[in-house]
Amino acid sequence: MEELFGGFSLGLFFWQAVLFLALVFLLKKFAWKPILDSVNNREEGIKNALEAAENAKKEMENLQADNQKLLKEARAEREAMLKEARDIKNKMIEDAKEEANEAAAKLMAQAQATIQTEKKAAILELKSQVASLSIEIAEKVVQDELSNKGKQEKLVESMLGEATLN
Amino acid sequence: MRKKIAFKPVTLLLLLITFMSFAKEDVKHEESGSDLKTEIKEYIQHHLLDSYDFNLFSYDNGEKHFGFPLPVILWDNGLKVFSSSKFHHGETVAEAGGSYYKLHHGKIYKVDGPNGEIIEGDHHHATNEKPLDFSITKNVVLIAMVFAIMFFMFSRMAKSYKKNNGMPKGTGRFLEPIVLYVRDEIAIPNIGEKKYKKYMSYLLTVFFFVWIVNLFGLTPIGMNVTNNIAVTLCLALITYLITTFSGNKNYWKHIFWMPGVPVPMKIILAPIELLGTIIKPFALMIRLYANITAGHVVLMSIIGMMFIFNNWLGSSLSFLLAFVLGILELLVAALQAYIFTVLSALYFGMAVEDHDHH
Amino acid sequence: MEIPAIVGAGLVVIGAGIGIGKIGGSAMEAIARQPEATGKIQTAMLIAAALIEGIGFAALFAV
Repeated sequence: MEELFGGFSLGLFFWQAVLFLALVFLLKKFAWKPILDSVNNREEGIKNALEAAENAKKEMENLQADNQKLLKEARAEREAMLKEARDIKNKMIEDAKEEANEAAAKLMAQAQATIQTEKKAAILELKSQVASLSIEIAEKVVQDELSNKGKQEKLVESMLGEATLN
Repeated sequence: MRKKIAFKPVTLLLLLITFMSFAKEDVKHEESGSDLKTEIKEYIQHHLLDSYDFNLFSYDNGEKHFGFPLPVILWDNGLKVFSSSKFHHGETVAEAGGSYYKLHHGKIYKVDGPNGEIIEGDHHHATNEKPLDFSITKNVVLIAMVFAIMFFMFSRMAKSYKKNNGMPKGTGRFLEPIVLYVRDEIAIPNIGEKKYKKYMSYLLTVFFFVWIVNLFGLTPIGMNVTNNIAVTLCLALITYLITTFSGNKNYWKHIFWMPGVPVPMKIILAPIELLGTIIKPFALMIRLYANITAGHVVLMSIIGMMFIFNNWLGSSLSFLLAFVLGILELLVAALQAYIFTVLSALYFGMAVEDHDHH
Repeated sequence: MEIPAIVGAGLVVIGAGIGIGKIGGSAMEAIARQPEATGKIQTAMLIAAALIEGIGFAALFAV
């Protein structure tokens, strides 16, 4: 211990203290403060830039999410519209079919009715024609028969014969 | 991995040198060998001492010196300033303002007259009166040099930030990571995010100062500032003062009235803790001083071994060992600066810590 | 310098050496176990080693 402090020199201590403290204060003013300040500023700048980038990224993500949502909505709407359209179409087709069926049925009924009347008329006409034809034929036959006496009698006889059988 | 490779040859060398020093025992001219040993020992001791002139090297058996004298400033009944060349490297008595001074083991003592002698007491300690000595010694010159270098380097670095829009240029590119290392790895973890800013100037200055000064100690100019107890005492004292003056209520409470322990223990702990506040900077002082001194002594002894062996194998092996140790000393120079700064920061952190974690 | 003081200092240095060795060894193990915490472990190791080293120097200079 004695040896340790035997080498102690007050002068060196004095100069060291003076020079070192002066160095601390000078460097504080002219070096450390500006250096640390610029480093801090730079780091702050980098931090801010990173934060801004992060924010931008987040915003982008939000935007994308919004877009996705909108897209989804649009798709759903389109789907709904399509469905509606399909429904309407189906309904229209259905309606049209029904209408057509109805119309066809009506037409058929009308046609049938017309056919019926036509048929009736035709039958009536046929009847009248058959009657007139048969009258004519009968007239001709009668004329012929009545022109011959023997034949007239024969006819009467056969008729009578038939009448009795009835 | 690199360390592992490096250490193997070192151990091998150490073994070889041990054997060789045994073999050297029965060399015939023992007397000249012991002379050389004492000479080397004295040289090392001389090297570790501060000196009043800037002596770069001596030649012609220490008769002629290459260097320049430095001013001697004494306070002895008035200020006395004269050139250290008056001492003629400790051989003559210097006269200034009617008083006479002589060098003895690298220190200035007052003597009676132009032919006055140093009166030696026990253990070769001179009993003469010592004037108050504020001389610009070799170490003061080096401190001033480091002062100038650091001021020039860092103010230029600061300017380059301004010029370059917040980016360093030149040496700043190299220094900035170190500055940031001190901030992020030393100051913030030990002191805390909120309070570290106040201490940054001191921590940065002390880190670079000790580092650069240690590195200068390794140059062949042969100046070593940090193996003067005065220098390390000054640094440790500043750390101690900063710690003491920035100590908050919580810090003092932990010293005088340790919370969470029974009252008798509190009374026992108070003096121990109080002593601890002094021991901490004391250890700081001793550590730096002892590491650098020990490093220099070992390195120079091994360099001296080159001349003691005086054969090609031993000398080249001690050269290799000195080389490896020199590299190790480079690491120690930075490591001691780092440890000094870390421990200072740790003590500041203890002083300003305010949450009660007990 | 008396012999007992030197022996005592030697004992302290041996103790400090063992202490620093143990710190170094434990730090190596810790680094091997958690390589990601290397920086923190190294810092703690250096601080602990420095504190023990202080004791060793104190013993050396007390002689």
